[in-house]
Amino acid sequence: MSDKIVLTYQVSADDFTRAGEASSDVKSKLKKMGVKPEIVRKVAIAMYEGEINMVIHANGGSIDVIISPTEISMILEDKGPGIEDIEKAMQAGYSTAPDNIRSLGFGAGMGLPNMKKYSDEMQIESEIGTGTKVTMKVFL
Amino acid sequence: MKIKNSNVILILNRKDIKFVTIVYKEETYSMTVNDIKSILEARLISGEEHLEKEVHTACGSDMMSDVLAFNKDQSVLLTGLCNMQAIRTAEMMDIVCIVFVRGKMPDEGMIALARERGIVLLSTGHRMFSACGLLYEKGLRGGATYR
Repeated sequence: MSDKIVLTYQVSADDFTRAGEASSDVKSKLKKMGVKPEIVRKVAIAMYEGEINMVIHANGGSIDVIISPTEISMILEDKGPGIEDIEKAMQAGYSTAPDNIRSLGFGAGMGLPNMKKYSDEMQIESEIGTGTKVTMKVFL
Repeated sequence: MKIKNSNVILILNRKDIKFVTIVYKEETYSMTVNDIKSILEARLISGEEHLEKEVHTACGSDMMSDVLAFNKDQSVLLTGLCNMQAIRTAEMMDIVCIVFVRGKMPDEGMIALARERGIVLLSTGHRMFSACGLLYEKGLRGGATYR
């Protein structure tokens, strides 16, 4: 079947209060499509953490969400500083977020672990000085 | 406040014993948003139409990723974080109600988003520790230990 739906979002880092709007839109669209609530929640949380990361670390970026009959893929791309040590970044509690981010409720070092927890497959490609691409899949 | 009994039935199939049925009884507590409001002497900010919704578990944190690591149905979030991301986090997790501790009050943008998403907003004068303790004392729990 070729009936794929592609949703594209530009994530801006100018206004922290708006972070999460893309994930929120995906969540309500999936709900309307009749996707099971547990699946919708997994996608929403994984994408929201990714979106927040883009805003905090990478000055924004773009997200493509591809909905197929068997899976939902989220591709998050940014032109940020890149992740120096992916293995370290995957450890719960490890954070490189600046202190002011913690007063906004983030930077606990749980972003990437949560993204892994809620997605069925996750792949990170990152190059220092060039950017990061995170691909997450949730199977239907 | 209600006490619910949920039964888990385990059937073993062995040669010598045809069926053994073990009934495991687990008590789960639930309360309504309105119960939480009275226990915490909280002020209702928005969502009056959802006061009868049931709450089964609670989570208390100012760090949103800690909240996002907690995946439970029908839960209440107690937080000292009073910004848009508290509402967004609750939205992603289908959280029924947010209680702002230490008397914090959300702004209009937060209230509007919470209304749109059907999330009740409460504000209590109690501090985080006391607010969590008061609900715990009445039987509300935080779910399983983090692995």
